[in-house]
Amino acid sequence: MSETTSNGGAASVAAPAIELKGISKAFGPVQANKDIAIRVMPGTIHGIIGENGAGKSTLMSILYGFYKADSGQIFINGKETTIPDSQAAIGAGIGMVFQHFKLVENFTVLENVVLGAEEGARLMPSLSKARKLLTELAAEYELNVDPDKKIEDIGVGMQQRVEILKALYRKAEILILDEPTGVLTPSEADHLFRILKGLKDEGKTIILITHKLREIMNVTDTVSVMRRGEMTATVKTRNTSPEELAELMVGRKVLLNVVKLPATPYAKVLEVENLRVKDDSGVERLKGVSLSVCGGEIVGIAGVAGNGQSELLEVLGGYRRAKGKVHLNGEPIDLTGRKSDGQSRREKGIAHVPEDRQREGLILDFHAWENVAFGYHNAPEYQKNRWLMDNRAIRKDTVGKMERFDVRPPIPSLTAKNFSGGNQQKIVLAREIERNPELLLVGQPTRGVDIGAIEFIHQQLVALRDRGKAILLVSVELDEIMSLADRIIVMFDGQIMGERIAGQTDERELGLLMAGVTDTGTSPLAQSPAGAMRVGNPGQGR
Amino acid sequence: MDVMPKWADALLIPLISIAIAFVISAGVIVAIGEDPMAALNTMVTGALGSSYGWGYTLYYTTNFIFTGLAVSVAFHARMFNIGGEGQAMLGGVGVALVCLFIPFPHWSVALPVALIGGALFGAAWAAIPAYLQAKRGSHIVITTIMFNFIAGSLLVYLLVEVLKPPGAMDPATAKFAASTHLPTFQDMFSFGEKPAFRGAPANVTFFFALVSCFAVWLLIWRTRLGYAIRAYGHSEPAALYAGISPTRIIMIAMLISGGLSGMMAINTVMGEAERLVLNSVEGAGFIGIAVALMGRSHPLGVLLAALLFGFLYQGGAELSLWTNVPRELIVVIQALVILFTGALDNMVRMPLEKLFLLFRRKQPEPATTSPKPAE
Repeated sequence: MSETTSNGGAASVAAPAIELKGISKAFGPVQANKDIAIRVMPGTIHGIIGENGAGKSTLMSILYGFYKADSGQIFINGKETTIPDSQAAIGAGIGMVFQHFKLVENFTVLENVVLGAEEGARLMPSLSKARKLLTELAAEYELNVDPDKKIEDIGVGMQQRVEILKALYRKAEILILDEPTGVLTPSEADHLFRILKGLKDEGKTIILITHKLREIMNVTDTVSVMRRGEMTATVKTRNTSPEELAELMVGRKVLLNVVKLPATPYAKVLEVENLRVKDDSGVERLKGVSLSVCGGEIVGIAGVAGNGQSELLEVLGGYRRAKGKVHLNGEPIDLTGRKSDGQSRREKGIAHVPEDRQREGLILDFHAWENVAFGYHNAPEYQKNRWLMDNRAIRKDTVGKMERFDVRPPIPSLTAKNFSGGNQQKIVLAREIERNPELLLVGQPTRGVDIGAIEFIHQQLVALRDRGKAILLVSVELDEIMSLADRIIVMFDGQIMGERIAGQTDERELGLLMAGVTDTGTSPLAQSPAGAMRVGNPGQGR
Repeated sequence: MDVMPKWADALLIPLISIAIAFVISAGVIVAIGEDPMAALNTMVTGALGSSYGWGYTLYYTTNFIFTGLAVSVAFHARMFNIGGEGQAMLGGVGVALVCLFIPFPHWSVALPVALIGGALFGAAWAAIPAYLQAKRGSHIVITTIMFNFIAGSLLVYLLVEVLKPPGAMDPATAKFAASTHLPTFQDMFSFGEKPAFRGAPANVTFFFALVSCFAVWLLIWRTRLGYAIRAYGHSEPAALYAGISPTRIIMIAMLISGGLSGMMAINTVMGEAERLVLNSVEGAGFIGIAVALMGRSHPLGVLLAALLFGFLYQGGAELSLWTNVPRELIVVIQALVILFTGALDNMVRMPLEKLFLLFRRKQPEPATTSPKPAE
């Protein structure tokens, strides 16, 4: 199973930093890990790739002592080791950077680094020791942080560096990073990868868990692919291609690029003028956003999570109050009054695939058929008479929707939480798209969705576009925006930083806009033809 | 897949819980030197062995159905209404006012009007905590329990200072007019020589309680409002996304809940006492919580759980009457049942789930052909 070629002459004599043999772990009837074998050589970056639910996180949790494997052996530097808890993992030199950071928000960077690894009853010696180390590391690996800033005052990129420093402070030789780039801008991600390469050159071993093929190709030396709890392949990164990895992940050939014809935009469907939103604590989240979406085009909103995209969708979806003007097909939309709720929006022809399908888009404890009526439970075709709903009609409708959207298993009475992420998303999409809306709001359509389903979901969105409907797409996956959208709007800090025609821009340029670098308009790409080009609030960026 | 089939979740767990509670109760009875089998025998014959016993059991059951449904409806909107006690007290005031001050020609006219009176007063009492929760975010558990105390004091004031007939010694209203007296089971089911249900308080309200069970089932599972209530109860963010107003759902669900609690007064005040006394609710508001928990907030489950608690109430009364088991021990037994069915649900559920898993894994695994399991 695992290719055991070594990493150059020097490493060939060394034992693998981590070797797992025959690791199995079951949760009830679900076999999360099945007879996993893997060798990670010291001084390499080893990628582990696989779809959601493939068992990557379970495997790493076993390695970090959160779960106990049902069977199998763990060897660290050639020595068999048992890891009953995370303290033992730290003792064995393993450090972990979780997807959701585990930092104390109102502690300083320094206090977070020391937390749990204090020496003795007095705090000061540890703190000054940590401060010294932090200064050294900052110089060595670009791991620059401000030790006296509180976590709540620093950005996510720096928070992640604090997590890495925490691991290094505990003398980690093996660093595991779980989906580290999910919250980073492209340039922050590049920064992270420079750090990782620096650590690798110092002889540290790095395991990178991700679902992004591009990252695997860019930074790893070796890559292991997991599918349905099994390790399906381990290959040298330079000997493989994204297409091959995708096929290994899914088990069949996958189209990585969206196939679509150029858009033929019709009249403006959605017009947003000077939209301003304050959140519950009074912080302004949208600072005068103006944009428009035409029928027959997909407008993509790019940006790092938390820069106002969610609020924009919520305002348009009817469940957040805002100031400004919104018109749909020339008709004004109520932003503050009685008609600013989801029901009124649906009546106007705005459908919404929310960013978080499990929190908002679905009731996880409802049957699939009940979820198909969700939001449209007042629709006349779902009523038997004035008083009662027609559950049979809803179930019948569900059978058809499940068939057309290839929801598996096609059982209307199955509870929503028992579907996989991709199939849950298909239920939401079927419900919203088949209403044939004038405007479809889509947030993170493929987050947590397996590659096979991504292909299908993208096709459905393009098909809706080709029927002349307007689509506003919000995604933090830049690849998705670039391949799906016809026009790209970049948001940063509640403002629109710039607008580009898809295919006439590149990741670097968008990455700069996403990081808040003000659009100077000097880029030749910015001078695109037609009046479709508007730059929102140039010069007002920070 | 769900770990357990539905029938196991709905029936097996409560039955096992009750069995455990009974076994421990038996241990307690042995510990005070009594014979548990004889005690059980007394309870069963006392509560279910005669039409008289049934008359009492079903009388209590009627109370518990109303309060159990009240808690259930609120529960579907994720509102933990523990103010059933106070809402039922106020419902009693509503019923009493209607019966005292409106001259009715016949009970069949008095019943619907009294129902509305009781429901309105109960709903009004629930409306204040509901408003505070919906608009001010004051936690419904805190406010409803506080309102129980306020209701208690209010009732004392009304009975002592306002509604007590001049010259009377006990804090109670005057007897209601004979035309408002509801037919008891004795009136309805005594054919021929020997009267059935002699002297038992069960009355026509029981049938109305059954109708209420069906009505609540329709409301929750067949109407748009019920759909919206359940959706809000499962996920507030999802409800907002779908355009379901939380304020509206909280208010409506609590009004229905309070109304159902208030209707309980029909049974106790109008059907049994035929006047309003101080402790007409007798803790039924709190039993309703246990009934709703045990009945999984489903009207059919509430009905069955209400029957069980009706049996425990009546059987317990018989037990303290005929044996040396003290009255307090009956409360212990009831508390054990509540403890095991309500609070210690997971203690039974976890091992049972493991058992089902073990059983399923022994079967040949269909995973190769069936679709991918949930993540």
